[in-house]
Amino acid sequence: MEISLTVNGEARTLDVPDNTLLVDIIREHLGLTGTHVGCDTSQCGACTVHMNGAAIKSCAVLAGQADGAEVTTIEGIGTPDALHPMQAAFRECHALQCGFCTPGMIMRAIDLVENAAELDGQAVREGLEGNLCRCTGYQNIVKAVLTAAESA
Amino acid sequence: MSETGIGASVRRKEDVRFITGNGRYTDDINQPGQTYAVFLRSPYARAKVGEIDASGALALDGVISVLTGADMAADGLGDIPCGWLVKQKDGSDMVSAPHPPLAHSVVNYVGEPYGIVIAETLAAAREGAELVMADFDELEAVVDLGGATGADQIHEGVPGNLAYDWELGEKADTEAALAAAAHVTRVDLSNNRLIPNAMEPRAALGVYDAATEDHTLYTTSQNPHLERLILSAFVQVAPEHKLRVVAPDVGGGFGSKIFVYAEETAVIWAARKVGRPVKWTADRSESFLADAHGRDHLTHAELGMDADGRFLALKVKTTANLGAYLSTFGSSVPTYLYGTLLAGQYATPNIHVEVEGVYTNTCPVDAYRGAGRPEATYVVERIVETAARELGKDPAELRRLNMIKPDQFPYETPVALVYDIGDYEASLDKALELVDYAGFAARRAASEAEGKKRGIGFACYIEACGLAPSQLAIQLGAGVGLYESGEIRVNPTGNVTVFTGSHSHGQGHETTFAQVVSDKFGIPFEDVEVVHGDTGRVEFGLGTYGSRSLAVGGSALIGAAEKLIAKGKKIAAHMLEADPEAVEFADGDFVVRDSNQSLSFGEVAFAAYVPTNYPTDLEPGFSEKAFYDPENFTYPAGTHIAEVEVDVATGVVKLVNFVAVDDFGHVINPMIVDGQVHGGVAQGAGQALLEHGIYDEYGQLVTGSYMDYCMPRADDVPDFTVDTTVTPCTHNPLGVKGCGEAGAIGSPAAIMNAVTDAVGDNTVSMPATPEKVWRALQG
Repeated sequence: MEISLTVNGEARTLDVPDNTLLVDIIREHLGLTGTHVGCDTSQCGACTVHMNGAAIKSCAVLAGQADGAEVTTIEGIGTPDALHPMQAAFRECHALQCGFCTPGMIMRAIDLVENAAELDGQAVREGLEGNLCRCTGYQNIVKAVLTAAESA
Repeated sequence: MSETGIGASVRRKEDVRFITGNGRYTDDINQPGQTYAVFLRSPYARAKVGEIDASGALALDGVISVLTGADMAADGLGDIPCGWLVKQKDGSDMVSAPHPPLAHSVVNYVGEPYGIVIAETLAAAREGAELVMADFDELEAVVDLGGATGADQIHEGVPGNLAYDWELGEKADTEAALAAAAHVTRVDLSNNRLIPNAMEPRAALGVYDAATEDHTLYTTSQNPHLERLILSAFVQVAPEHKLRVVAPDVGGGFGSKIFVYAEETAVIWAARKVGRPVKWTADRSESFLADAHGRDHLTHAELGMDADGRFLALKVKTTANLGAYLSTFGSSVPTYLYGTLLAGQYATPNIHVEVEGVYTNTCPVDAYRGAGRPEATYVVERIVETAARELGKDPAELRRLNMIKPDQFPYETPVALVYDIGDYEASLDKALELVDYAGFAARRAASEAEGKKRGIGFACYIEACGLAPSQLAIQLGAGVGLYESGEIRVNPTGNVTVFTGSHSHGQGHETTFAQVVSDKFGIPFEDVEVVHGDTGRVEFGLGTYGSRSLAVGGSALIGAAEKLIAKGKKIAAHMLEADPEAVEFADGDFVVRDSNQSLSFGEVAFAAYVPTNYPTDLEPGFSEKAFYDPENFTYPAGTHIAEVEVDVATGVVKLVNFVAVDDFGHVINPMIVDGQVHGGVAQGAGQALLEHGIYDEYGQLVTGSYMDYCMPRADDVPDFTVDTTVTPCTHNPLGVKGCGEAGAIGSPAAIMNAVTDAVGDNTVSMPATPEKVWRALQG
């Protein structure tokens, strides 16, 4: 099927099999490998991106559902020279080790800070419940999200 | 201390690429003409493999080839070897069952690969794999660990499914001391099977160049040189000089990416067979089935004490599940990494341990964060806590009474180790203060007022890290040395490229090693680049496991740096017309003693490459390498204290407070060390409360996804309080001990001591799920 979507501000039109997942469009068709695949049951959150302004797991979205959508990936929120405040907070707070869950975690955290009424440690922990990290024990991720929330 | 030198919490160099999506993991790499592989995996725990009919798959559009274990055997590829040969009680060798990379006559666990489908697209490879028809003759599976030695024989030549029957320590003395003890505490413990679950699934991309016969394997490895060595020398995929193994960014390992697996072996072999690059990336379901699992012990232990509670003897008998085959280091984990740690922090004079390593029809079991040491700590610290309860003594004070004292070092244990240094009471005291031990009774009362039960538990652990020395390890059965290599190339402009045989997959070596080297040379941190993970760039290395990277790999870099400084002094002496003995190196300058003459590090480096005014008897160039072989293990130790609250209505255990005070020796980057402890404690909390790899009676893995295997999530754990005490390691130049595993070693015992304290039932086993705890509360 042919789909059109906007990815990181750029309009893209692609011809893909109907059963293609958004994460495969992002990684395989568009070569944006910052978005990762960590499981096959939509449980780990490594593939989290923003679609139409909300954090979603891109392994649970089919090509047809992404048609017409506006998608932002980790590559679209900041650059090494101009980091997004959440990216900067992750570095400052040592909120990542191996880095594999990090893009999904950052995308989820940005949504959390933008949309939560009030954030404390417990709310951040509950808000990140759909994103697995095996390295950090979450402590510094929570710290980073609260740090970014304060500066937002 | 400089802002970027040793002891500073420098923000990590590697982070910028990870937070911007520019990391380069194996699955991010693609090659022109690339094909995709899907493995054929056994649906049975134990079966004879009959005819494999691939005609349906081969007829499918896009399928290029279907290769089987028989094809691999016909090509003469060897078995995957076990890298540590354990000697049994009677002096005979352990029995290592043949482990072909792709099974061809029998399969011995669910998920064992027996073939590979290669196609133009991943979708075609998946569909093709569904169309391969294989005949299996199912056999009775051996699954129950406790009954494995009396069950059907899995492997030819392995009666009783016993890989080895091993012991350490003096049996007669231990039994005599137990018989004479005023009190004997007995426990039966299980150490639950864990599935490592690094967030990046394993992956491999094999590339073969027919014109040069060069093989390149990109793969998720913690030790690419060891991978190359085993694939060349044993499996014989390709000669070592024609095989390059690259482990690019690797998304966590925790031990599971140390080992040589079937998949990467098959991928590089298949790339040559089909003449095109072959790529495989595991689904998480495959990771559950086929990444080496961890732990899985059954243990009976007895601790004898005198009337005052002084430990007289510890007797331990353990059955360790090794799975269907001996994985790369699977044999060493329940023996040399376990039995040797059973003295813990205590001056117990008599210790004897027996371990039966048994085969079962389950995924192979090997090192997982801590590897043997969490199991040893669990035995020692659970039985000590139990003894305190039986004797009516304060668990902290019973430990204190029995701890090895600072003036007793070096201390030789009854289980073959010599601890070089430690101050165990210092960690205990700091932890007691941080947890507010005095206030526990009031907190317990407050919990009870809310209808909840509160418990506190201790673990005073010790571990042996920086595995060493090579000669001793090889005498004890290790198939490789345990040194590490380091090379420092100073470029003509004075900046530095560091090559290390260690591998970083979350540990932050690109930062800490740069701190060490920049500090040593007095040059800017930004001027040091660390290279690792590529056999084409780094001479040799043994990789990262056992919290060894800084203690062994960092020490190798110090060795190389010392050689450079010695050479630099000769160059500077020549240029400054001084006696080489009079030249000192300090703060980045070569200085002639008692003079105002000096040359900077950069000036000397430049002179070494542009030797106009240069000693005639000295080679040009400013690059040195060193191999460092430790003379002893390092012995990180500390006290972990857990507090839990139990909801009596639901049995839900909440970890409400956790304090870890660890002695890692000198710390290079406190921010990174704290992060390592956080992560380790979360994994230990997972083992104690959530995680369990479970096979049913037929050998089917019933915890094969994140829906069934309970990983710790952000709201399952609290903030941990972490701190350190310092006794510097006495035998490496940095005085460091290693920090990667401590969190996972101390925490399961501390948490389970807290859970059993709260519940009032010492038999609750890991993981302490709501169901188990609720049943225990019903009495």
